Parts: sequence; C-alpha cells; structure tokens
Amino acid sequence: MVRFLRMNAVASLTEKSQSLDSVGIEETQTETITRPNRSRRILPGFHLTLGFTIFYLSAIVLIPLTALLLKTVTPTADYPSVLKVVGHVVRVVTDVRALDSYRLSFGLSFAAALLNGIFGFIAAWALVRYSFAGRRVLDALVDLPFAMPTSVAGLALTQVFAANGGYIGQWLNEMFGWKIAYTPWGILIALIFIGFPFVVRTLQPVLAELAAEVEEAAACLGANRWQTFRRVIFPAVSPALLTGVMLAFGRGVGEYGSIVFISSMIPYATEITPQLIIIKLEEFDYVGAAGLGLAMLVMSFGIVATVNLLQHFAARRKGTT
Amino acid sequence: MRRANSDPGAARFLLIALLFAFVLFFLVFPVCVVVYEALRGGFALYFSALTADHSVSAIRLTLLVALAVVPLNTIFGVCAAWAVTHFKFRGKALLISLIEIPLWVSPVIGGLIFALIFGRQGFLGPWLDAHDIQIMFAYPAIVLATAFVTFPFVARGLIPLMQSQGSAEEEAALTLGANGWQLFWRVTFPKIKWGILYGMILCNARAMGEFGAVSVVAGSVDDRITMPLQIEQYFLNFGLQQAFALASLLLLLSALTLAIKIALEWRHLAPNIVHRH
Repeated sequence: MVRFLRMNAVASLTEKSQSLDSVGIEETQTETITRPNRSRRILPGFHLTLGFTIFYLSAIVLIPLTALLLKTVTPTADYPSVLKVVGHVVRVVTDVRALDSYRLSFGLSFAAALLNGIFGFIAAWALVRYSFAGRRVLDALVDLPFAMPTSVAGLALTQVFAANGGYIGQWLNEMFGWKIAYTPWGILIALIFIGFPFVVRTLQPVLAELAAEVEEAAACLGANRWQTFRRVIFPAVSPALLTGVMLAFGRGVGEYGSIVFISSMIPYATEITPQLIIIKLEEFDYVGAAGLGLAMLVMSFGIVATVNLLQHFAARRKGTT
Repeated sequence: MRRANSDPGAARFLLIALLFAFVLFFLVFPVCVVVYEALRGGFALYFSALTADHSVSAIRLTLLVALAVVPLNTIFGVCAAWAVTHFKFRGKALLISLIEIPLWVSPVIGGLIFALIFGRQGFLGPWLDAHDIQIMFAYPAIVLATAFVTFPFVARGLIPLMQSQGSAEEEAALTLGANGWQLFWRVTFPKIKWGILYGMILCNARAMGEFGAVSVVAGSVDDRITMPLQIEQYFLNFGLQQAFALASLLLLLSALTLAIKIALEWRHLAPNIVHRH
C-alpha cells in the first residue's frame, strides 16, 4: 500500500533511461519517416498499450469521477437552475448532520492513526531491531488487515466487543460498565485494526536503513540510549512515521465495511460520512450524495497532498545530510 | 558488555512483549473468533450454512465478479506498465498519479460515481429505464465498482518491477528480428510473470472482499449480492452462524492470499517489488 507513493519518483527515472534509447538511430531514419517523434520509439506497442491504458483509465476512473463533479452543478427536476443545485449541495455539505459525521469520521480516524503511530512504531522497532522466536511469523501477520475483507474484520470485532455476549465486551461491560461495540469506541477499534499495517510497513525500511554508525557516534559523544533515541533516531524516522500515520488516517476516513458491523449508525452520534452518502442515495437525493462525495474527495486529496509533501521533505533532507 | 546501538534488556523485553500482545489480541484473536464461531455448531451445520441458497448465490456472484475484474485489471496493468516503462511521453508522471486515484478515494465513492451515472436519477438512468437495460443493482454495476476499487493493483506492482529490468533485452530481441508479439511472450513475459501473479493475487483478494463500493451499487436485493454483503444480511437477520460460516470462506481466501504473497516475495520478487530488509 505504501509503495505506490514512490512511483512519482520512479517516473523521472524512466525518462532518464529512455533518453539513452533514442541515441543514434534517429539520424538514418529521419528521411524516410516524416514524424520524428515516432522514430525515437524503438520498441513496438506504444500506441496500443498507451491507447488501452488511457481508454480503460477514462472508462473506470476519470469519466465516473467527472460525473460526480458534474452532478453537483447539473440542474434537475427538483433544482431547475445551476444556482439552486449548488445551493442544495452547499446546504447538504454544511448541514449539522453532515458536520457531525465529518467530526466523527475525521476525529476518530485521526485518533486511531495517532494510536497506530505509537503501536506501529513499537512493532516496527521490535521487528527490525530485535531477533526473537516467531519474528518472521509476526512480520507476516502484520499484513493481515490488508488481506482480510473489511466485513470479516467488522463481524469478528463486533463479536469480540459486543456488550451483550461478546468475548471481551461482555466482561468489560460487567466489570466496568464499558460499552465498546455500537459506540464510537467500537469505530475507533475497527479503525485501529484497519490502519495498523500502514505505519509498520512505512517505518520498517527506514528503520532498517538507519546507519549504526550514527548511533555509535552519539554514544561516543556521551549520549545515553534514551538521548540517542530522542535526539538522533526519532528525528531521522519522524517523516516516515508521519507518512504512515497520514496513510492510516486517509484509509480510516474512507472506511465503511468494518464500521457497518460495529457501529449503530445513529444520526448525529455514530454516523460516519460514507454512511450518510449511502443514506442520501437511498433517499434519491443524488445531488446531496454527490456533494458529500465531492467534499470527501477534496479532503482525501488534501491528505494525499500532505503525504506527498512529507515524502518530498524527507527526500530533500536525506539528500542534504 | 552491551553494544552502543543496542537497547537495554528490559526495554527490549517490554517492546517484544507489547508487539506480541498487540498482534495476538488485535489480529490473531479475531481470526480465531471467526473460525470458532463458524464451526461451533459442528460440521453439519457449517456445511448447511454454506450450501444455503443465499450463500451459494453469493459465492457464485463473487466468483463471477472476480472472473471479470481480475483479467480486465491485469490486461490494463500490463499495458500501463509497458507504456510507462518503455516509452517517454508527455504527461507520464500525471498518468501514474491518475492510476493511483482509487487507492486514496473512499470505496463508497467508488460505488457512488457509478450510481450517479446509471442510477434512476443518474445521467443515463432515464435512458436505461426506457430501454429496459439493468445496470444498477445487477452484475454490470458490481463489476464496474469492483474494477474501480482494484484498478491499480496489478499496475502498481509491475511498474517498479519493469522499471528495474530496463528495456535492453527487449531491444536485443528486436535486433534479432522478433516481432512485437514474440517480444512480449518470449522475452518480457518470462521476466514479469511472477510480478503479474503477485498483482493478480492482491487484486483478487480485494475484489472478492470489497464491501463499500459494492454495497452502494448492489443494494440489498437477495440473490444479487456478493459474499461480503451476504455476511451483512445474515448478521442483520440474526443468522450469526451463517454469517460466520461465509466469513470463514473469505478468511480462508485471505490466508491463502497472504501465503502466496509471502512465498512470491521471498522467492521471486525480493529485490524488486518488496523493500523488505
């Protein structure tokens, strides 16, 4: 999940290697081929593969996403002018019910991402730095939330945390009067489950690449282990930690499958934004649903932009030291 | 004596203990719960839950959806990786960023966009209604929504892999007189087949387990919903045992996926796709 962020950097690499391919052949062919642009492409299949790529990308991703945008400005029978459509979209998106759902979705995702930052750091540190029996198995199990369908996770977590007959929930309820499932706490637990691997998988390579010499130098200069960690190790890995936390945050904001099971979806209280979108659709308020979808899209884009900025920042810092 | 870059024994013990506690409690325990709940009533009840009409139709639809989505996204992934890694063209970085959109968009939006096009009040809704073509709440919309959500899975793995392999061998084959088709099947395919399989495995797992996007376009019409949605239906209708039986099948799928993924990473793709230490 994390690797895709690196691809932007990869693109510039290809361009470098491609410029080597065009050396030499051009001279002999320019007279016969009128379009010099084509003669640079040595391998076959450029138009076929790029054509299909763009066609399929448009059909599955770009055109449908454009429809979302268009829906928020296209007049309908209920809202006969552009102004009225936009007015309705603004009303739905800034409605108290919508605002409450953002607060829940973003607040809980953020809390879960921060907790995953702590758990994920501990896990990544132990997995990279220590050798112990079962390390490889634990390392493999970290990917479980990636591989497991969200509905299965939601079903299982509900059965564990239900106050009425749950494996742990029943006990928590009787001992402390705590209710987890069907409250915001249940959503938090589902989001921790979903986001955990993002932090671990982002941190692992960075922790592994950390040079031992730097820590040794810190120790030589009289730092104790805690000072070395706080002043030397933590600053070096903090961009990666932040990236992992933001990725978990972004994933949590859009999560729906597991939360359906563990949340009671009460309006204004435990209703997340994706659920509100589905309710609007079921009420045939397509314009309102599109507006909420657009709002989520913009906010997710903000999270992705932040992640990319962090990566850029980390890469630059790595270059200067 | 302790080395300068190793931690005190107590800290080490504490961190390893915390790791075990977290993984066992949060990841392993829920898995055990699914298996236990599914088999609690005995094998006879388990099999009757799996062979109930709703379960069978959900399993069938899930397989049919994956059968359409995985090949489509695989062909796309190979084409995209070929175009991006072997040629230089304007807007390449933009193309790569666009391919990744479905990764950061909420799955519910993946369903919503198709509802806005094909739904009753969608752009094509009235026309489809007039011509009696069923897309929403049926197989086509489920395939589209699933294809959106799993869109980048094959491409994302193949691009870095083919990047690291370069174009030199393909160019050599070209000078030896291979045509485009021979070039791909004889030279490129053997080099990337494990990468393709890796992407297909991940794509398949997500396609079969997708909930959010499919729930928007499939609604809750019986006989027309996939396994994850049928699990929800059982759960809502107090069919907990059936829900867990069906969930155990998906769990088996994810265990298989994880096993194949790890085997591929260790054996074939270690230096390229995976940045494992």
